[in-house]
Amino acid sequence: MRHDHLITSKQLSRADVETVLDRAAEIDADPDAVADRHTNTLLGLLFFEPSTRTKMSFETAMKRLGGDIVDMGSIESSSVKKGETLADTVRVIEGYADALVLRHPKQGAATMASEFVDVPLLNAGDGAGHHPTQTMLDLYTIRENAGLDDLTIGIMGDLKYGRTVHSLAHALTNFDTRQHFISPESLRLPREVVYDLHQADENAAIREHDSLEDVLPSLDVLYVTRIQRERFPDEQEYQKVAGEYQIDAETLEAASDDLTIMHPLPRVDEIDPEIDDTEHAAYFEQAHNGVPVRMALLDLLLSDERGGEDDE
Amino acid sequence: MSDDSDRRDDEAGDARNTREDHQLRVSKIRDGTVIDHVRGGQALNVLAILGIDGSEGEELSVGMNVPSDRLARKDIVKVEGRELSQDEVDVLSLIAPDATINIVRDYEVIEKHRVERPEVVEGVLSCPNSGCITTGGEPVSSRFDVLSDGVRCAYCETIVRDGIAALIDT
Repeated sequence: MRHDHLITSKQLSRADVETVLDRAAEIDADPDAVADRHTNTLLGLLFFEPSTRTKMSFETAMKRLGGDIVDMGSIESSSVKKGETLADTVRVIEGYADALVLRHPKQGAATMASEFVDVPLLNAGDGAGHHPTQTMLDLYTIRENAGLDDLTIGIMGDLKYGRTVHSLAHALTNFDTRQHFISPESLRLPREVVYDLHQADENAAIREHDSLEDVLPSLDVLYVTRIQRERFPDEQEYQKVAGEYQIDAETLEAASDDLTIMHPLPRVDEIDPEIDDTEHAAYFEQAHNGVPVRMALLDLLLSDERGGEDDE
Repeated sequence: MSDDSDRRDDEAGDARNTREDHQLRVSKIRDGTVIDHVRGGQALNVLAILGIDGSEGEELSVGMNVPSDRLARKDIVKVEGRELSQDEVDVLSLIAPDATINIVRDYEVIEKHRVERPEVVEGVLSCPNSGCITTGGEPVSSRFDVLSDGVRCAYCETIVRDGIAALIDT
């Protein structure tokens, strides 16, 4: 993998994805082998939005590689509160860190920030745009549970604003997959994502469904995302729609025994907790995979930065 | 012959119509650029795209909704004392794809070409997505990739196919 920054899954080829996933598998199997690999390396965390899993798993990943983190902290306690631009903030913090992780509410924030820094920058979510490191751990989880080729996947929930969906759908075009998109009409994939899917594969079929029932029996993987209240004009409308995209044990009676259920988390009530202890549930494993996958990404990007010691 | 529009032997009808109209409404220029065959009603957007508003003393002539064989109604913009480069005028293809550019020196047309769609336009359009980083007071110019049927913000990736003229950053 040779990239200065990781902004979107669109920049990754199948070979790039496999390089990351293979590296993650090696690290997962023997994390001690890389415990001192990036000593004295500092990772700058810039989270302009709340985060639990992404932020903590990046922190854990860097520390398990022997490095440490410097954290901008909350917006309230930073210069952002004084009106500092993102461009200035990243230029300052690149002087403190060997790589940066950025989460920001504005779409395109990571693209713009990457134009102002020389250290590797990883996009940890930019508004309704992309979330490529989540995609990599999603792919890792799918590969572990169902394989990435000859795969039928259903992606359900908020497809319009869900950045994990946008990144995942594109990354899957690298593989032999059939993607089904299940959502209310108002939360369909944005036309920009549809455009990109067709650019990636001119024969890409955008299979959109109102109901999970239509496709559930055929699925190897069901990727569930949260439908957020604020996307709807009133509570009643939200309750009506959200209720149709919740799954429980009864829902799964029509599913394959081998169905893998994933969710980027946090969930609210999309997946009934009664499913947590079934063989279907992979969402906690998925969250745990964030560490070895982000270790792999950091290792590859930081090794590139040091002259490509892995690639030559 | 002293004006570019009088020289179009391939568009006699157009020339007949515009000759009279120009002579009446749009003065000839000595040195500068004539942008012809702009779609009717887009002349002011052409000036906005080029960042020309007359505030720096530029001598401008604008003809709007002039009869034209090819476009039915067209606009013409003449800019005295400034020769626009191909890069500058290519951006006009977004709103004036039929435009022709005539470079005039000492009343003679010395260069004539059409606009070509550029791959990228920078600092010309504002992104309509309020969630785009370029709308947030950052020190960055807007940048749009030009698609076959529209433009796409290079930052937030929003695609705009209709109403591009309304995005011109004035």
